[in-house]
Amino acid sequence: MTENTTPNKLDSYRKQESKDEMKIQVISFVSMIVFTVIAFALVGTQLMTGSYLSILLVVLAIVQAMFQFLYFMHLKDKGHGPASASIYGGMLIAFLTILGLGVITWW
Amino acid sequence: MSHQEAIGRNAHKIDPNNIPAEPARATAEGKHKHLGIWIFLGSETVLFASLFGTYIALKNSTAGGPTTQELYGLELVFLMTLLLLTSSLTSVYAIYHMKNNNFKKMQLWMGITGLLGLAFLGCEIYEFAHYITDYGFTFRSSAFGSAFYALVGFHGGHVIFGLSWLIVLMARNAKRGLDTYNAPKYNTFALYWHFIDVVWVFIFTVVYLMGMVG
Amino acid sequence: MSTTTQKRSLGTVIWDYMTTVDHKKVGVLYLLFGGIFFLMAGLQALIIRTQLMTPENDFVSAGLYNELITMHGTNMLFLAAMPLFFGLMNYVMPLQIGARDLAFPFLNGLGVWLFIFGGLLMNSSWFFGGAPDAGWTNYAPLSVQSPGHGINFYVLGLQLAGAGTIMTGINFIATIVLMRGPGMTYMRMPLFTWTTLVTSILILFAFPAFTIALFLMQFDRMFDSAFFDIALGGNSVIWQHLFWIMGHPEVYILVLPAFGIFSEVIPTFSKKRLFGYTAMVFATFLIAFLGFMVWAHHMFTVGLGPVANALFAIGTMAIAVPTGIKIFNWLLTMWGGSIKITTPMLYALGFIPSFTIGGMTGVMLGSTVADYQFHDTYFVVAHFHYVIIGGSVFGILAAVHYWWPLMFNRMLSEKLGKLEFWLFFSGFHLTFFIQHFLGLMGMPRRYWVFLENQELDLGNLISTLGSYLMGLAVIVLLINVVTSYFKGPAPRDPWDGRSLEWSVPNPTPYYNFKYTPLTRGLDPLWIEKMEGDGKIKPAEPLHDIHMPHGSILPFLISLGFTIASFGFIYQLDGPHGRILIYIGMAFAIGCMIVRSLKDDYGYNIPKEELEKEDD
Repeated sequence: MTENTTPNKLDSYRKQESKDEMKIQVISFVSMIVFTVIAFALVGTQLMTGSYLSILLVVLAIVQAMFQFLYFMHLKDKGHGPASASIYGGMLIAFLTILGLGVITWW
Repeated sequence: MSHQEAIGRNAHKIDPNNIPAEPARATAEGKHKHLGIWIFLGSETVLFASLFGTYIALKNSTAGGPTTQELYGLELVFLMTLLLLTSSLTSVYAIYHMKNNNFKKMQLWMGITGLLGLAFLGCEIYEFAHYITDYGFTFRSSAFGSAFYALVGFHGGHVIFGLSWLIVLMARNAKRGLDTYNAPKYNTFALYWHFIDVVWVFIFTVVYLMGMVG
Repeated sequence: MSTTTQKRSLGTVIWDYMTTVDHKKVGVLYLLFGGIFFLMAGLQALIIRTQLMTPENDFVSAGLYNELITMHGTNMLFLAAMPLFFGLMNYVMPLQIGARDLAFPFLNGLGVWLFIFGGLLMNSSWFFGGAPDAGWTNYAPLSVQSPGHGINFYVLGLQLAGAGTIMTGINFIATIVLMRGPGMTYMRMPLFTWTTLVTSILILFAFPAFTIALFLMQFDRMFDSAFFDIALGGNSVIWQHLFWIMGHPEVYILVLPAFGIFSEVIPTFSKKRLFGYTAMVFATFLIAFLGFMVWAHHMFTVGLGPVANALFAIGTMAIAVPTGIKIFNWLLTMWGGSIKITTPMLYALGFIPSFTIGGMTGVMLGSTVADYQFHDTYFVVAHFHYVIIGGSVFGILAAVHYWWPLMFNRMLSEKLGKLEFWLFFSGFHLTFFIQHFLGLMGMPRRYWVFLENQELDLGNLISTLGSYLMGLAVIVLLINVVTSYFKGPAPRDPWDGRSLEWSVPNPTPYYNFKYTPLTRGLDPLWIEKMEGDGKIKPAEPLHDIHMPHGSILPFLISLGFTIASFGFIYQLDGPHGRILIYIGMAFAIGCMIVRSLKDDYGYNIPKEELEKEDD
């Protein structure tokens, strides 16, 4: 920010702030890995089968994607309104596209 | 360097005593690029959705060739997932160092990101070669084959494009250091790279895991 | 340096346009090439109508007829109507929001050249052994099995043009979101800017599906993949889905900008602010939103099943509601206004009933049961020409007359303009109204001959005569354009306009606004005319203005991709095709790397220089 006029290179507040944020990033990375492992384990161990498993897998993927969007890509930060609108709009149309092709191609 | 260029470059220098909180969005052009790449990614979402839809529609059209259950193996896909997820984290580190105005570390982490991406790409090429030589499963063997290679290959193509982009970016800026002219370029790349990772999350879920389930 | 242009040689002017990244010049390029493709497609339409003038005519052969209908449709939709709107948007939209350029000037140049080269590539197919001939919808498996290279030209030409379209869409969105001048809040934006935004959003989310569809088609035709090959488990309905996921929003891409234009024209010539501005904005969004939900109504007869058909039928009819809101708002804008009948206003007045007819037949077609009867008859042809000509083309022609003085510093003759309108309007209804009945009597679309004594003779003759009137109208427009050049410069703000674009001097300075303009409300210029001295207030003191450098790279990148496209088209014929691919790709990528390596900081116009210019 331009209002930052302290003579030291990076004031300690800013440094601490970005360190804290990095901590959150690492936490989200770990949770993404956990979700991935759960997904692979569910399939590998065949604890569940059938369409329930498929739904669960997709839910896990969506949660992971949201971590990626909101934290890694900073969509949760301020000033990301238009950016969010474009990606969520894309997801809506993507959903419709997949639904259309998935459901009414063979009938 | 022409006079105009010198003025331009000076105007983009980062004052070490007054580092902008978001070097990538310190200039108008940086702001434009930041929104521009997000809009582009919104568009890419539909692009990949069309491929996913095609894949879902054709995944059982094996025409007597190998089926999803016969082809896919979990180990390699898990390794590829780890590689790409980690490369996503390393690019976060790179942007973290950008915000601290530490150019060398940023380049280092970007380099690691690139290497991980390269390893991912190697795995993918190995996987494709394996399918083709061991199963005779090609782009032409069935509608399923076409859809599989189109979807996964399109993602692979995005990885290749990302890697080339990164190489050009790192090479061109190696001697210049970080300024508010190239910070947006790095940031744009990082966002693109995360998006590739998101697409992969859906590929390993929808293609491989759900393909194993049947 | 003053704005009065010195005489420049033709070479410098062409070089200037080839390297331009200025939104105004890019807009002119869009208009020029969009206009050329419009004339070509119009000529093709006249040949089609001539063939259908009498029963069992042999004016053109069956194969050529198929090529003509394909090229007419594809040219009109992708290479004429859309680029013409893009030209208008490019020129006018930044001026309307008080911006000095688009967010990505370089990308804008790239977008226009990709469109131009893509369009030229597709149309060059006539000289390389035959044009595409599977209809503008290019349905598989017909298109996959079509011999020759025609369809390959369709695929690669539209791929290039489509890439340019997506880029420009992104550019418009980023510009409107980020570059609105001080005081220009979203709800003060002129309706044309709003429809530009919504149209760009539609492009953004609709065109990628088409990109993929074209890729799949390309793979099937050139690399033996099996997406649409039934023998290997493929499914040609995938093409239809992907095509219409783009294709239906596409018709809103074509008509929403026209809505925006009429929402500028009608208030200006009624001397009233737009009735129901907020409702207009939300209706625009609602149309766009619903537009994505209804693509399968083009596929009712595919047999998607009653549930899918019913859902899509309901969605389709729902679109009539926001469109109706718009129609009534335009009518109420005129209500009690002091209406001045000019050429743009005539087009607006002609548009309302014409488009309403097209909308009503749309609702008829949206009813699944009835659609089984209407499908693939001239009723459909009549319907979509009523919306595309009655909506989009009327909009384009209105805008050309309305913004001509702004864009080219000349006034078009009102006398010729009105003649053109009446020729076009009567020709249009003569051509297409009768086609509803031809369709109801069972005449199928895309047939190159019909038999005599089936009560189709007279209708077809009337239709053909009408189309000649439309052709005549376009000639009048061309005469108008040419003669206007020899008249003196246009006065500033000739229509007594309401929005910011009319506040700039004529011709528009290359930096657009000397002072950053301050917007004090909806219709900012009108507010200043009513409450101030008629001049837009500067938002801040005079500054240096930062401008982007021009560049030849967009032209070269597009050229490289075009060479590679030729390679793809011919790659099955031997090694020379593959060599072309490598050359073209290497050239394009090389240019992209040059762009990446070279710093481009732009330049500043110093304050002192600006002070010499008039406001």
